Amino acid sequence: MDLLVTTFLKIVFMLVLVIGLVPVLIWAERKGSAMIQDRIGPNRASVAGIRLGGLVHPIADVMKLLFKEDVRPANVHGFFYALAPFVVFFVALLTYAVIPFGDYLEIGGKRIPLVVADLNVGILYVLAIASLGTYGVVMAGWASNNKYAFLGAMRSTSQMISYEISMGLSIMGLLLIFESLRLTDIVAGQGDLILGFLPKWGVVIQPVGALLFITAIFAETNRTPFDLPEGESELVCGYHVEYSSMKFALFYMAEYANLVIGAALIATLFFGGWNIPWLSRGIIEGNAGTLLPLAMILQALFAGVVALLFFRRSVRERNKFGDARDREPGFLGTVFALMCAGSLAGFALQPWNVGPQAASVFATLLQVGAFVGKVVFFCWLFVWVRWTLPRFRYDQLMNLGWKIMLPIALANLVITAVWVALI
Amino acid sequence: MRTNGKQHGYGAEMNFRERLYVGEVFRGLWITIKHLVRNIFYMKDMPTVQYPEVKPQYSDRFRGRHRLMQRDDGSPRCVACMMCSTACPADCIHITAAEHPDPTIEKFPEKFDIDLLRCVYCGLCEEACPCDAIRMDTGIYEIVADSRDKFFVNKEFLLNDETNGTL
Repeated sequence: MDLLVTTFLKIVFMLVLVIGLVPVLIWAERKGSAMIQDRIGPNRASVAGIRLGGLVHPIADVMKLLFKEDVRPANVHGFFYALAPFVVFFVALLTYAVIPFGDYLEIGGKRIPLVVADLNVGILYVLAIASLGTYGVVMAGWASNNKYAFLGAMRSTSQMISYEISMGLSIMGLLLIFESLRLTDIVAGQGDLILGFLPKWGVVIQPVGALLFITAIFAETNRTPFDLPEGESELVCGYHVEYSSMKFALFYMAEYANLVIGAALIATLFFGGWNIPWLSRGIIEGNAGTLLPLAMILQALFAGVVALLFFRRSVRERNKFGDARDREPGFLGTVFALMCAGSLAGFALQPWNVGPQAASVFATLLQVGAFVGKVVFFCWLFVWVRWTLPRFRYDQLMNLGWKIMLPIALANLVITAVWVALI
Repeated sequence: MRTNGKQHGYGAEMNFRERLYVGEVFRGLWITIKHLVRNIFYMKDMPTVQYPEVKPQYSDRFRGRHRLMQRDDGSPRCVACMMCSTACPADCIHITAAEHPDPTIEKFPEKFDIDLLRCVYCGLCEEACPCDAIRMDTGIYEIVADSRDKFFVNKEFLLNDETNGTL
């Protein structure tokens, strides 16, 4: 019974993380691209004048897509046409089952491992599910009965096949070193230090593998510079050209869910997962009496400064718009001021006298926070790269995959194998 | 900063470092993040005009919506010579001439309609006008209506100084 409840809660956490990140990412993509291109970006949609710098736009989008007509073209293969977006979205959410988002949570003497399913073949599961994603795309492309959609689907398949190989091979070196396919073991193995100061992250011991894996993940998630299946300049928008309304929204959400998976995988395999460098669990628990007040002070300072900035703005720009939007800085300032006050009020609980149980929970929270932070950073990396690099031409894509990445991945694997055998 | 066309134009030879691509990727990322950070901290320097709240300032010579000039008595200065509608490349000016009661003035426009949807704002009508009757100096660029016939504006509308772009 306990297992059921905890597993359910863990699934809920993962789903909230992923689905919650999707609108934030859509926002980051729009606002980030605007900022990179010297534009201002979305800032119009508002709920009672609260715009959150454009963060309300995804809500408006959802409303629009929900109420839009679900156009179904005349000559589609009905069943597969309807099924494809669900397959894509379903597969996009499957990988989260094996990604550890924390070490363990100790409640009432029980240790709950913070991973939904701790498979001993976790990596194989990840690779298998990653290639399943292309089925939905092919289904959509084929069932749409549209040449652009079909071309997009074909591109997606060939791209998936080409890059899966280098992706699998780039992880192999890591597996040789950590001697396990279990993701929790790989993450736990990255908590050590090399020579006493360098965190034993995948990126440190396998820099080439990390680079190859990140590149391959970009290709697997169909993101620029590898977004040829969409290729809006030549294929309209590729495999989902015939979809509208919520079916299109599912493709759109699946793209970002895939992006979060990609980021979570990069963080898990090559950037230490939930590990905080130089702060192992023992150190955090031992020094919880210092770290917890420190974290609270930092949070209070941050929230306080942000609140002050917002209040300053609310005074300066009192009548900037002459409508409900003028209330926004004051509202946000109040929210941050409350956060600041909350952190300060927490000192009434004497955080410097923290007990071992609470210290354990605090350590877990910090680790989960580190994982989420890394995931958010790599999500931003995806967005950042998208607005930096132009799309590859198709032959360049294939050249890169087969003639460059595959030999490098093989060489990396051989060298790592020799290294592991000798030491 | 290298902007030499020979180095980065079409068919340019890339050196070894550039062909490795990885370093150039990071250089590109550095450029974009510089823009991002600068734009976050200097939001005010962004060239974007927040349009409905802030109106762009155009030059005095900007060709906006047309207007018809008036004589001292308020009647149109236009003598219905058809020069403007002849010069008009979009064929959007439709004039019906009538005899003017004043014998010193030969004709006056009984109807003077402009189809604002057809107009290309080239300014040839005001160039062609021999008596400076039609001008495009209103500076009005917000020409909005909820049906097509409302863009078909008549003499009274064009003579009226009060109409501020709203059709």
